[in-house]
Amino acid sequence: MTRIVGVLLRKELVLELRMRESIPAMALFSVTVFVVFHFGLDADQVEGQLAAGVLWVTMLLAALLGINRLFVTDAEQGGFDAFLLAPVDRTALYVAKAIALLVYLLVVQLVAIPAFGFLLLGPGLEQALPGLLLVVVLADIGICVIGTLVAAIAIRTRTRDLIVPLLALPLLIPVVLAASELTAPLLAEGGAQALPGRWLTLVSIYDLLFALIAYAIFDFLLED
Amino acid sequence: MYGKGLRPLAAATALSVTAALALVFFWAPNDADQGFIQKIFYIHVPIAIVALCGFVAGGIMALQYLRTRDPSWDLRSYVAIHLSLMLAVGVLVTGSIWAKGSWGQWWLWDEPMLVSFLIVFLLYACYQPLRFSIEQPETQARYAAVFAVVAGAFVPINFAAVRMAESYIHPRTLGTTTGGMPGEMMITFLVALVAVALLFVTLWKYELASKSARFQLRALRKRLGADVPAPRRSGAPELS
Repeated sequence: MTRIVGVLLRKELVLELRMRESIPAMALFSVTVFVVFHFGLDADQVEGQLAAGVLWVTMLLAALLGINRLFVTDAEQGGFDAFLLAPVDRTALYVAKAIALLVYLLVVQLVAIPAFGFLLLGPGLEQALPGLLLVVVLADIGICVIGTLVAAIAIRTRTRDLIVPLLALPLLIPVVLAASELTAPLLAEGGAQALPGRWLTLVSIYDLLFALIAYAIFDFLLED
Repeated sequence: MYGKGLRPLAAATALSVTAALALVFFWAPNDADQGFIQKIFYIHVPIAIVALCGFVAGGIMALQYLRTRDPSWDLRSYVAIHLSLMLAVGVLVTGSIWAKGSWGQWWLWDEPMLVSFLIVFLLYACYQPLRFSIEQPETQARYAAVFAVVAGAFVPINFAAVRMAESYIHPRTLGTTTGGMPGEMMITFLVALVAVALLFVTLWKYELASKSARFQLRALRKRLGADVPAPRRSGAPELS
């Protein structure tokens, strides 16, 4: 299983490296959304809860772009058929895709979060970074777990690009809620404050619960 | 086959709904703080609880479909989810009315029941479009079942998250049931809860019976060689 996931993940990353389809678009999109927020809020600098909200809504919208593209090459160019012919556990595809999406998101955030600090954020990013790293990883896992599942559901529908945001946005509200509650004290004016523990618990439970569910039922999405 | 026991069930539902309404209007005391408007609690909270259970039950039936591949489980899950969706609309409407009556505003973001129902409603509102946009019936049932399982698990965790986000600024009627609610209110509430639960089960069975009767009728007409018009394309599951 680990070996198969490794092979599939390598395929995903090589494909992304050669085609450069998702990551540049997602990064560019996030920076554009920050600019849009600047004009929409008419604010030069944001901090605290507002900053956390702007950051996570942008990350969520950028993630939707990646989720939308996640299975497109497999569906259009026969990747599914080839995978189904191989005598391997089908859940491996889910795990590989989810990890690939996680890698995309982390790379995008490597660009987007400094850009956010540079363009919009009032207080400095430095003191927030260690806490922010933890929040980003936990929230990204949640986004990937649900995002991959939604992408796999939507790929067989006639209206894929409508179904993905309509399904993913409500499902990810708890993640955005927890992530922005966790990020708000980190981006507060006057220095980062401690992370509220109960939100860490909530987002961890969310990640774990949906990872288990996705692991258990992904098989059913790949039968034909 | 779904019609079995429908008549006594319907009678029990009619009886308990009447009893609940009678208790609400003639027996339960007016709330000391909120007065008469608080009585909407006896409909708002029971339909919220039943709708939540309906969504979770829809998820469990979908799981059963995935395990057995019996299309009738898909039909059961579909009917449970769409009835719960209607109840969810009811929760939003009654909650809004209660908020307006008690706090003077149609919408309150610090009312967790309303907010989580809005999220759940937005999610399940995609159930029909999702089914509709998959053409092949077997794939449609399978994908809808996967969605129902994920969404069924999402309902409680979403509720917990939204509830955690609210500061506890105003008293929660249900939160105080164990402590302060007088006996008459508690009994009325429980009767109303039973009434709404029975109503849900009756409607569920009724719709299943009606749908399966239609499928049987169509099959019989086909066997007689009659000209059967092709069913209008919809997101609803079809049994042959």
